[in-house]
Amino acid sequence: MSADHHHGPASGITRWLFTTNHKDIGTLYLFFAMMMAFLGGAMAMLIRAELFEPGLQLVEPNFFNQMTTMHGLIMVFGFVMPAFVGFANWQLPMMIGAPDMALPRLNNWSFWILPFAFSILVSTLFMEGGGPNFGWTFYAPLSTTYAPPSVTYFIFAVHLLGMSSILGAINIIATIMNLRAPGMDYMKMPMFVWTWFITAFLLLLVMPVLAGAVTMMLMDIHFGTSFFQAAGGGDPVLFQHVFWFFGHPEVYIIILPAFGIVSQIIPTFSRKPLFGYTSMVYATAAIAIMSTLVWAHHMFTVGMPLVGELFFMYTTMLIAVPTGVKIFNWISTMWRGSMTFEAPMLFSIAFVVLFSIGGFSGLMMAIAPADFQYHDTYFIVAHFHYVLVPGAVFGVFAGVYYWLPKWTGRMYDERLGQLHFWLTFIGANLTFFPQHFVGLAGMPRRIPDYALQFADFNAISSVGAFLFGTSQLVFVVILVRVLKDKASGRLEGAVGERAWEGVEGLEWTLPSPPPYHSFTTPPSIR
Amino acid sequence: MTKIGMRTIVAALSALSIPLLPTATLAADGLEHAQRWQLNMPYGVTPTSHVVYDLHMLIFWICVVVAVLVYGVMFYSMAVHRKSRGAKPAQFSHNTRLEVLWTALASLVLVAMAWPATAVMINMYDASDSQIDILVTGYQWKWKYEYLGEDVSFFSNIATPDDEIYGDAPKGEHYLLNVDKPLVIPVGTKVRFLITAADVLHSWWVPDFAVKMDAIPGFVNEAWTWVEREGVYRGQCTELCGRLHGFMPIVVNATSQNAYRRWLGERHAEAAAERALLNQRMDLSQLMERGKQVYQTNCASCHLATGAGLPGAFPALHKDSAATGALAEHLGIVINGTPGTAMAAFGAQLGAADLAAVITYERNAWGNDTGDLVQPIDVERYRRGDGVQ
Repeated sequence: MSADHHHGPASGITRWLFTTNHKDIGTLYLFFAMMMAFLGGAMAMLIRAELFEPGLQLVEPNFFNQMTTMHGLIMVFGFVMPAFVGFANWQLPMMIGAPDMALPRLNNWSFWILPFAFSILVSTLFMEGGGPNFGWTFYAPLSTTYAPPSVTYFIFAVHLLGMSSILGAINIIATIMNLRAPGMDYMKMPMFVWTWFITAFLLLLVMPVLAGAVTMMLMDIHFGTSFFQAAGGGDPVLFQHVFWFFGHPEVYIIILPAFGIVSQIIPTFSRKPLFGYTSMVYATAAIAIMSTLVWAHHMFTVGMPLVGELFFMYTTMLIAVPTGVKIFNWISTMWRGSMTFEAPMLFSIAFVVLFSIGGFSGLMMAIAPADFQYHDTYFIVAHFHYVLVPGAVFGVFAGVYYWLPKWTGRMYDERLGQLHFWLTFIGANLTFFPQHFVGLAGMPRRIPDYALQFADFNAISSVGAFLFGTSQLVFVVILVRVLKDKASGRLEGAVGERAWEGVEGLEWTLPSPPPYHSFTTPPSIR
Repeated sequence: MTKIGMRTIVAALSALSIPLLPTATLAADGLEHAQRWQLNMPYGVTPTSHVVYDLHMLIFWICVVVAVLVYGVMFYSMAVHRKSRGAKPAQFSHNTRLEVLWTALASLVLVAMAWPATAVMINMYDASDSQIDILVTGYQWKWKYEYLGEDVSFFSNIATPDDEIYGDAPKGEHYLLNVDKPLVIPVGTKVRFLITAADVLHSWWVPDFAVKMDAIPGFVNEAWTWVEREGVYRGQCTELCGRLHGFMPIVVNATSQNAYRRWLGERHAEAAAERALLNQRMDLSQLMERGKQVYQTNCASCHLATGAGLPGAFPALHKDSAATGALAEHLGIVINGTPGTAMAAFGAQLGAADLAAVITYERNAWGNDTGDLVQPIDVERYRRGDGVQ
């Protein structure tokens, strides 16, 4: 595959352990993300099974809390973030005309920290007293004084995850700033490169804050400090401010790369340039900057002063403007295009529609007085799953289907791709839409059992979840078939440089699959 | 999950075929509790809940209009501008006037929302001129209500039996939403809630009042309500507070002002009777009987009804444990708690008679059989620092 280059990958396990190649590391990230998705998904299935009907049938409340906590942590830190770093690794060098990432050894290390971090995190489930059971937001003092002893391992795992993210972000910034092909100005970079550039700065800004939060927890637990202990003069609300100063930008860290992927795909399948590129770039930057000014909208009910409530209400509402601009731009890109609807496009369109639903409910929550009714109910659960599942996760699927032919040189089975899309689409909506209703009707989140009037919608939600979960096996079948085709060297389904009809961009000037060191000589930019 | 499960699936599927018109169960007026298939927020029984509901619906309909417009353009484009219909792609890539226009329009819509929201917010935060003040304290996993200036205070525990939760008995009408002692407030009165917590975070929520306020150790938050109609209103804790977070309901009984005064009188009489207990001596069986009840309500959620605890998290109480060690230490742990752990200071939560009974129970149940008897007066002496006799 790379006979015309001075060397290819090493063989055997050492290829993966010692690799400094951006594509190998990208693959590692993506496979790791997939394994974590199935682990976190299995936990979600257990949660939905328990919530299928009122009463406690399968698990004890304490274990249920461990499941909701671990499901959230694994999906956010183990699935979505590593998946997008995998995309960054594969795509950034190819999209800016570089041979590899700027800091290849660092790249290896940023990935290999993850398996250690998650082994530690998941092993807490088997420790005495059980794993983290205080929610993925780990509010103190439930996560300090009242936490199981395993919380120390959880803190260590979060430190490792943060380290991995920071190293990855440094690498991405260094790559984009230094390795662009001559002539590729910042305002000529593809949208995916832009969104990751901005995301990487957000990561650098907020991951240290998360590290600070867990370090204060560690001090409170083991070294007698009282950062979050009211009895010692500390402040439990401080924890929430620190956590959400990380936590809110975090949701944009998760969604911006998906915005980037969708911004590549919609023009391709509309066969028309992206509408409003400049405003897209500015909107992304505006979202990132504003994301650091809205954190306390997660805390409208903690008893902030009125001025605080109003400030965070207004800033949160303002974020709807740049987000709306993006949605309008995507639709204007489709307008008067010449559209086809292959799996990447289907996932992208579903992304635009369903992410907007999450956006609308987000706007409703920005209205502080109304949020007093929504806060900590299933309405919130529905909201953030709409932005994270048909948002971030559909972005991952869209990107995989879009670039898989480039990565492997083989087209996936489109019929199965369509099947996967429709099952996922129906399953996700069946799971999460009814949660709006039970939330408004008064069902709190993070409860293992609920009052009888919530039973019907919860049963529907559980059925939807099982459909959603099992349909992901179709995705595995698609992947396995593509990889088998590639391994056997079968020529049926092989694709050329331009795997899709309407594609633009440097990655599509390389053969499929691309050579081991993407661009050994810089391409020329028009 | 067998029989009930099948019935739920059938109900769910058959209901899917019913047109889910929002009007069907919308704005349930004067409902005492949520209904099956309820789709929307309750209209509630307070002026605040009404304006919050109206605000919620205003934003909802604005979102619906925007969604119809945006999705409409998108679906039209998807239907018409497709390659299979021979559409030739245009090549435009921006339109500054359009982009400025929709940015401005979006901002205007936001102002239209922010204006009424600000007014409601200011009103919600005005807890001045209250006629009744109630201190609400969240504990793992119960609520304490203290009527300030009235010498009335009590705990409110879930009343749903374990048999119903674990499927050994049919689930009652207010499954998980019933308590032993509800909060009682009069209608037509401005009631202020001062909300705090004794251990971890909790959040006190009654949907029909549109009151939700976090209970935070070391902070006292404020909220208020003015109930229009008599009735029983139910809510739940809405901040994850540990193992039994899902099992600490809130029940508010809003009564007429006369009934409220009568109820207050009964509580005063009860408090006097409790004080009289201090000078009584109880025998083992009396103490054990009372102690078992106190234990079930306050201790069993962590240390379990069998006293087995949960290794690694909650210590066992049977055999060689604090419950069979020195009596003074045992009193100390129960009354003052163990700092840095989940063991709360029950001296602040229970009366002397209850403390005496539960300590006696722990020292004699599950084969502990120490034969130790603790009387209310012993507890009182310990609290005063006179030691144990």
